[in-house]
Amino acid sequence: MNLFKYAATAATTLALGISVQANAATLDDIKSAGELKCGISTGVPGFAFTNDAGDWQGFDPAVCQAVAAAVLGDTSKVKYTTTTGKTRFTALSSGEVDMLARNTTWTFSRDTDLKLDFVGVNYYDGQGFMAPVDLGVSSAKELDGASVCIQTGTTTELNLADFFRVNGISYEAVPIETNDEARTNYEAGRCDVYTTDASGLAATRSSFDDPSAHVLMPEIISKEPLGPLVRHGDSEWADVVRWTLNALIAAEELGLTSDNVDQMATGTDNPEINRLLGSEGDLGAMIGLDKAWAWRAIKAVGNYGEIFDRYIGADTPIGLERGINAQWTDGGLLYSPPFR
Amino acid sequence: MDTVQKYTPGEHPDLKPPIGQTGLLLWLRKNFFSSTFNVVLTLATLYFLYLIIPPLVKWLFVDSVFVADSRAHCRELGTGACWGFIGKRLGQFTYGFYPIEERWRVNLAFVLFIVATLPVLWDKMPWRRNLLWFSLAFPFLAAWLLLGGFGLEPVATDKFGGFMLTMVIGVTGIVVSLPLGILLALGRQSNLHFIRWLCTGFIEFFRGVPLITLLFVASTMLNYFLPPGSTFDLLLRVLIMVSLFSAAYLAEVVRGGLQAIPKGQHEAADAMGLKYWASMRLIVLPQALKISIPGIVNTFIGLFKDSTLVIVIGLLDPLGIGRASLSDATWQGLSTEVYVFIALFFFLCCFGMSRYSIYLENKLHTGHRN
Repeated sequence: MNLFKYAATAATTLALGISVQANAATLDDIKSAGELKCGISTGVPGFAFTNDAGDWQGFDPAVCQAVAAAVLGDTSKVKYTTTTGKTRFTALSSGEVDMLARNTTWTFSRDTDLKLDFVGVNYYDGQGFMAPVDLGVSSAKELDGASVCIQTGTTTELNLADFFRVNGISYEAVPIETNDEARTNYEAGRCDVYTTDASGLAATRSSFDDPSAHVLMPEIISKEPLGPLVRHGDSEWADVVRWTLNALIAAEELGLTSDNVDQMATGTDNPEINRLLGSEGDLGAMIGLDKAWAWRAIKAVGNYGEIFDRYIGADTPIGLERGINAQWTDGGLLYSPPFR
Repeated sequence: MDTVQKYTPGEHPDLKPPIGQTGLLLWLRKNFFSSTFNVVLTLATLYFLYLIIPPLVKWLFVDSVFVADSRAHCRELGTGACWGFIGKRLGQFTYGFYPIEERWRVNLAFVLFIVATLPVLWDKMPWRRNLLWFSLAFPFLAAWLLLGGFGLEPVATDKFGGFMLTMVIGVTGIVVSLPLGILLALGRQSNLHFIRWLCTGFIEFFRGVPLITLLFVASTMLNYFLPPGSTFDLLLRVLIMVSLFSAAYLAEVVRGGLQAIPKGQHEAADAMGLKYWASMRLIVLPQALKISIPGIVNTFIGLFKDSTLVIVIGLLDPLGIGRASLSDATWQGLSTEVYVFIALFFFLCCFGMSRYSIYLENKLHTGHRN
């Protein structure tokens, strides 16, 4: 695995020399091609999935759709490229996709060594543990000797090793490839504990016949800020994605929804809303877009809270609480810089 | 003793065999109860079948739900398999993300595929000679139908998915790798050193590297060898890799067949004044390929199933579609149904190939075999 990581890093670095020249003006390329190439995952409950009609939906594709709406004016102009945990960074570096929106943890080495730019965080996650109630365990620190289902090739694998080493307890890893495989193995009792991001645990638990027979441990053993990313070397394009995401977050803070944004766009007595929606000043021109870019994004996919509620919120089968993903005004971590 | 006297000696009609020495009873005894050990085995097997089959049938058919809107809905209607999920997603499983209004093209391509394959596979096909020309043209026709252009709405290959993608990869791999594999096998036996080294090197390289590595190379590394800005279709890259990989394996299978042909056959061909290609085409290859049939079909079946590996580079074959579908919160947790369904598809395809191979062996059987 390590060897592969070196190879991937080498490949990414190699790619960079080429792709930077080839994609210096991503925004222009997207406008002239009329489509946004967006890298997504191959399927994470609530975060990326196909609906019955065969369209990509979810918390992550919504970011792609918002950017497409801001840049191209149409959410259908996204060309989704499914990427796996192993191909995602090379796909971005080589220019196969313009941006990634797929459950990717913002880490130091990815941001610097892999030469990628994380433009923000759309979900603050953390690694947790789930175990059956019957196991009689109430804390992850009591899991000495437990067999743990763990997805390979992710940061969760490393976090798990760290956590057990620090606490001086042992575990037996049951390596698995996908969330669905983990769910099946865990349900069949082939591992005592399943560990992955807490959002994934909640989603998995919700699909059990009796969710109350399983508990999430109180320990969150890692920070997993998930967010969209672009490649190094095109700050203008990074700005577009960053501020589209910020616009969705700010929209919730300012009380803009997909329903009232039309009416608000005609002008309000809040100057920040006016600047954001383009009825005052021309912020769009500063990032190479027109005045109505943010209005289109919010109109198309809704504000951050709407997206959250639609795909992963408490009323969906995934059933996630806002928690630290609430606005800073509600005690959460979402905090968009001002639009001015 | 009246009856005895009615027949002259030697004219007595045959008596019926004793009960248990004929028909079903004999067959049962011979095959299932011939020794104590076999009796135990038979009873144990019966018991296992009793354990497995009734719950399986119950899950598959009796308690299963064929029409439903969500997993919860399924669970309300029945405790068995939720085929309603597969039903709702059948289009996705079959065509991937191919635009709905263009799906007739995939169907047409599939029908034409059957028309094109039949004359190749079955030599008693009416108008075979004319239809073979069609078979030759079919790959181009299929490419036009699936990709569009020239009057049809263009469809990018990233819309390909599901069973359609498996068929595209499997069929292209088979069609390209068979001739290529034969050429490589001949090249490896060539008297021309350069050709022999080239073919040997090619075969050993592709056979010595796992397919999954080649796919990673195709999806990530290959971009960097090409001039910047030029995009080289991912599916095309995968098709090339799969074909080359399978050709290398096939070359070795065919070489096995070639080496089984006695030297006398080559010499006889030379004596008749046949040039290299003529002697290969008329004398050596027909015999060599006949011997190689089981191995060739074996390679094809392997190739067809290996096409599922493309999921690691983000192409959505049926398994990938299944994964994306299972992530939909309304259906989450129905993986067994999905995998059973996909397994059925692969089994039907591979079993079909296997049966055809047996048919071919029997047809070409010329009595050199016991």
